[in-house]
Amino acid sequence: MIAQKKAWLVVAAMTAIAGSFAFFSHNDVVDFSAEVKPILNKNCLSCHGGVRAKGGFSLLFREEALANTESGKPAIIPGDPAHSEFIRRVSSDDPEVRMPYKHEPLPAEDIALLKRWVKQGAKWGDHWAYLPVKAQTVPAPALKNPDTGGRWGMNEIDAFIGEKLEANHLQPSKEADKATLLRRVSLDLIGVPPSAAQSAHFLENKDPKAYEQLVDSLLASERFGEKWTSMWLDLARYADTKGYESDQGRNVWAYRDWVIRAFNNNMPYDRFLTEQIAGDLLPNPTDAQLIATAFHRNAPNNDEGGTDNEEFRNAANLDRVNTTWEGLLGTTFACVQCHSHPYDPFRHEEYYRFLAYFDNNRDEDVSSEAPYLRQFNDSDRNSLFRLTEWVRQQAGAAEAGRVKTYLQTFQPAFNSSVADSLKNAAIINNNGSLAMFNDGWARFEKADLENADEGMIQFYCNQPGSVIELHLDSMSGPLFARVQVAHENKWKRQVFNFARQSGIHDVFLHYKSTAYRSVAGKDRSLLIFYDILSFQPSLPGNNTAGYAKAKSDYTRLLVTTNVNSIPVMMENPAAWQRDTYVWERGNRHLKGKGVTAGVPAILRFAQPANAPANRMGLAQWLTDKRNPLVSRTLVNRFWEQLFGNGIVETLEDMGTQGMAPTHQSLLDQLSYRFVNDYNWDMKRLLKEMVMSATYRQDARWHDGATEDAANKFYARGPRLRLSAEQIRDQALAASGLISDKMYGPGVMPYQPDGIWLSPYNGARWQQSKGEDQYRRAVYTYWKRTSPYPSSISFDGAQRNLCSARRIRTNTPLQALTTLNDSAYIDMSRHFAQRMTTEAGSDPVKQISRGYELLLYKPIPPKTLQVFQDLYRQSLTEFKAHPDKSTAFLPGNKPASPELAALSVVANAMMNLDEVITKN
Amino acid sequence: MTTQDFINQRLAEEARLAQLQVQTRRHFLKESAMGLGALAMGSLLGGCGVPARRADSGLISFDPARPLLPKAPPFAGKARSVIYLHMAGAPSPLELFDYKPELAKMDGQDCPPSLLAGKQFAFIRGVPKMLGPQAKFAQHGESRAWVSEHLPHLSTVVDDICFLKAVKTDQFNHAPAQLLVHTGGSRLGRPSMGSWITYGLGTENQNLPGFVVLTSGGNFPDAGKSVWGSGFLPSVYQGVQCRSEGDPVLFIKDPDGMSRDLRKASIDAINKANQQSYDDYKDPEILSRISQYEMAYRMQIAAPEVMNINDEPDYIHEMYGTKPGRSCLANNVLLARKLVEKGVRYVQLFDWGWDAHGDHAGNSLNIGMINKYRSMDKCVTALLLDLKQRGLLEETLVVWGGEFGRTPMMENRNGATNPFKGRDHHTEAFTIWMAGGGIKKGYSYGETDEIGYYGVTGRVDAFDIQATILNQVGFDHETFTYPFQGRPFRLTDVGGRVIREVIA
Repeated sequence: MIAQKKAWLVVAAMTAIAGSFAFFSHNDVVDFSAEVKPILNKNCLSCHGGVRAKGGFSLLFREEALANTESGKPAIIPGDPAHSEFIRRVSSDDPEVRMPYKHEPLPAEDIALLKRWVKQGAKWGDHWAYLPVKAQTVPAPALKNPDTGGRWGMNEIDAFIGEKLEANHLQPSKEADKATLLRRVSLDLIGVPPSAAQSAHFLENKDPKAYEQLVDSLLASERFGEKWTSMWLDLARYADTKGYESDQGRNVWAYRDWVIRAFNNNMPYDRFLTEQIAGDLLPNPTDAQLIATAFHRNAPNNDEGGTDNEEFRNAANLDRVNTTWEGLLGTTFACVQCHSHPYDPFRHEEYYRFLAYFDNNRDEDVSSEAPYLRQFNDSDRNSLFRLTEWVRQQAGAAEAGRVKTYLQTFQPAFNSSVADSLKNAAIINNNGSLAMFNDGWARFEKADLENADEGMIQFYCNQPGSVIELHLDSMSGPLFARVQVAHENKWKRQVFNFARQSGIHDVFLHYKSTAYRSVAGKDRSLLIFYDILSFQPSLPGNNTAGYAKAKSDYTRLLVTTNVNSIPVMMENPAAWQRDTYVWERGNRHLKGKGVTAGVPAILRFAQPANAPANRMGLAQWLTDKRNPLVSRTLVNRFWEQLFGNGIVETLEDMGTQGMAPTHQSLLDQLSYRFVNDYNWDMKRLLKEMVMSATYRQDARWHDGATEDAANKFYARGPRLRLSAEQIRDQALAASGLISDKMYGPGVMPYQPDGIWLSPYNGARWQQSKGEDQYRRAVYTYWKRTSPYPSSISFDGAQRNLCSARRIRTNTPLQALTTLNDSAYIDMSRHFAQRMTTEAGSDPVKQISRGYELLLYKPIPPKTLQVFQDLYRQSLTEFKAHPDKSTAFLPGNKPASPELAALSVVANAMMNLDEVITKN
Repeated sequence: MTTQDFINQRLAEEARLAQLQVQTRRHFLKESAMGLGALAMGSLLGGCGVPARRADSGLISFDPARPLLPKAPPFAGKARSVIYLHMAGAPSPLELFDYKPELAKMDGQDCPPSLLAGKQFAFIRGVPKMLGPQAKFAQHGESRAWVSEHLPHLSTVVDDICFLKAVKTDQFNHAPAQLLVHTGGSRLGRPSMGSWITYGLGTENQNLPGFVVLTSGGNFPDAGKSVWGSGFLPSVYQGVQCRSEGDPVLFIKDPDGMSRDLRKASIDAINKANQQSYDDYKDPEILSRISQYEMAYRMQIAAPEVMNINDEPDYIHEMYGTKPGRSCLANNVLLARKLVEKGVRYVQLFDWGWDAHGDHAGNSLNIGMINKYRSMDKCVTALLLDLKQRGLLEETLVVWGGEFGRTPMMENRNGATNPFKGRDHHTEAFTIWMAGGGIKKGYSYGETDEIGYYGVTGRVDAFDIQATILNQVGFDHETFTYPFQGRPFRLTDVGGRVIREVIA
């Protein structure tokens, strides 16, 4: 029986992919999306679609399908199947003529349907996910509540779920018992078991509103943000390193903290997205809004020696496009990089229009991570505030904004690796900096010198008497600045001034040393190198009151190294705007026509008329109430987090190749309400879901012939193995070790030796001290090329690319992790200690208490018996071998054999299926 | 669509599924070597799971609850296992297999501009000098294969080897080039070849991982664990790193003070309690968990056994030049033999330290590399001989290579002359060799020009090699796909040709 279910499910997966829903409709009018499109997708589009258009015939868009083919005539003549080559070919008996070529002929009913479709005018229709979200008629099923005998259902969700249950002759389950519900909703909303106070309050509370009060208190908990951030970081491909060979650290934890705060503050989803996509383009952006844009600075960068920065600059932008679509829009777009989408209505050119939104950000794959926000300490932040106010009074808001941006980011600034026309110079340090030898030259293209009279260079110089001279437009052009460079053999930032310039110029930089003596055999010793060069107007307001103080603050803020530098998104200034082109066949070296930023035509209806053609315009489109994909994607994702599967199971793809929604009306109704009634309130959405009777059902199987194995109709509650993060956090909580410390740099809990061995990277896993060993999993340092092993065993995402969905597997390596990982052994010991503390010396009471601490309900007698037996056997062994108890309980001298035995039991209990599962 | 339409659609879908059910069950049963008993234990964790292959191109059954069940390939492959020996950093063919007397004559001359025009190198700048082969060559065996003096052992087994001498790549940096060789893409995020093969074939020995990775040389390969990552395949298919120090497999060792008996007792207790949960919930997932815990216990016995090389006879240690207790290539090569003997499908070895730039003695052709050659020559030769004497070479495909070649020019880092003899990264031509697993013996395919710069005949790339490896284990690389990002992905992307010329 079970084997049958399994086979059935495999077929379900397969069939959904093939999209074969061709038989059902007996309506007269053919529905293109539901009936015709699946036939075309399955049989035609691999040769006559986005990738190929054999015979000059493509079925991707209506205008293509009706256009002349290579034969000079159209293959489809609307209203006239008899003269349509398309119909003739699929109906032919001649295998040389018949389509699909060299395949089985289409079933007669498919051919009949296609004929009918052409006869009716070959009308096109859009896939449901690309159509606007509309409010739905709420059904009124009449299911019996198995608990009360009354009508089943708590809210609208249950109406939609109930309708399908009824149609499939299924009955809902009774409500789960309080203890199970308490643990379920707590793990779901805050990722850890409830606090003692929360559980006591709920379990003893007889108020009919007790459950709602519990839900409200969980939603208000600071733990809430930590749980949902874990989910978001998979989409944001957040990691604490950059990836690839050297996989150097990336200082971007402030972004993770921003996400936690945003969830905890219940930031509306439209603002949540706007700040992450375009926070830098908001008026006078705050530090937090700049940090939010690190969402798209989580793309991997490559610092490996000899890599081409331009290649990886582009790779990061492709990743930003793909992440935006897969993570926020639930649509696979990556394939459009090389050709039009083979199945969905996206054209090749539209990929590059979308890429253009990202093509002018300042990230050039340099090892300094520029552009970055220099986050000042509190005192410097006050200075910056005072200084900015002072500049505003002297020179207006625009100038104040410029000075603030410059001090906080050094932008706009050249990355020295873009220098060209090099003479006695080379790009070194993994493409990070420009090295110059005596009498060296380098060109910087298109420096904006309008009103500029100040420059700044960040450099390292090992030669006395070093001078930099800057020439306009050519090596022999006018000398406009001469800088004596300090020789200190360390990194230094130096500000220099020159006569006020105007216009945009190429700057030729000439380096020489007056003290230079050539040494025989060492003709080219390194003299200077540096990574940043900028030109700007100096601080305004000279000769006015307060200038001296302002200037001193200005200089201090410029040179201070007491900052937390966080990579952020920023745009190129006007002089450095890049043109974006279509890449033929996805190859960046084959530039096709030029494109400007925009969204695909089929979704342009959701774009505000005045949306700018930059990331802010992109954000406005994403968060427009009419955007059909953003709300559906989020609702689907939240549903999946709670129920195990999305309403559309393929979270990453709601397109025609994704799986069909199980409850499309419910998805649309929730999406509609989320945007229009809840005003993008994420906690409100989650509350609606967990308040439903659907969610609150008991998870036991009905054990009948009608069992819905995948639970796609929700006749029982969700029962799912916990995520990697939940497993760790729960064990920490049960053992009493968990730290509630929030925020800050990634921590390094116990990890076996020898996990990190990256070449050209001295970084080592330094086990954290004190409570930092016991922080929640969301704070664990994440190294891309060597992720935390126990997290990966439990299907944690690698975080190299946007990961829209984790596939839960079940393997022996998972068992070994929770059985033997020293981190879990440590937690088992503390858990045993806690049982002793809370339940005294009677092992029966200790074991019972342990079970309650994990599952919030009394231990069943048979289970108690099992663990009593294990306890006895362990105790006998530890009493006979005191050395073993000492080894098992290091640090406890003399080790108590009782505690050792109880620790063995604690370890086993933490491995119970019920414990690592949400029941 | 109205609600009624929608219900109709679901009903029609149900009807169709019912039809297909019978057929698929038959397929599933046929593929499952463990038979009905095991199937009865199984279930699904994640609902409908991940769609496997397209209906019209066959079906890889994927059961998230028992993802490693052994499966038969679509056609009978000649190789049962693969051992891939990757010399990370990229060894120079010009010092090992690709004999270029003309290059010797050009030693010290300026590189002709024709070899530099339009080319990009990792470190060479300006005009470098040509560098003649830093080795003497001779022909060996009946196949008269050229091998340098640096490989005195390997030159005795050339009649079992098939050389591919004109392999090319388009990646001249280590991490992207290694990713291309092992995952079919130069960026992060794709599944490695071992993951694909484990996904397609499952594991023969349920007590050991199906895809094992062994590293030596003090560092991981440049691309890190991504070269044995599972990419978009479920993470269960990633390579399991086995280690010669510490736990042979992570977390395989019981905690200090816990005896085997006690571990057995605790797993029994867990499973008894889980059985009680099953009686209560009737969720078949619980049965699957019970079997995973049983398997974990068996793996705890099997893995340390196979990872322990101390019990091998002295002549084997002598043959491989092993150093028990140390982390070295020779130990890993011997382990690789033990693992395939026990039914592991894919063993991936990385030996770090082959990046012969010559910017210091340790990575110079005339000093550091001599040590690398020695550390590899004897043990890899022993592997071929040992597999052969056990009758395993025919069913084990051994592949040896790096991620790119080395320039016939001497490296001039940042325009200066390097202090030691070294070569920069080179994409145009390098040597990979294969042995066993149904590949021709004593054969050489592909040739480079007279200085070893370009391949002139028989050029192949990473995709061709991947296609050939997949072919040898029973997969057509064009139909072996997995749906991701809206399209069927394959290891060989849109490239790859099975190199029929080298198949026996």
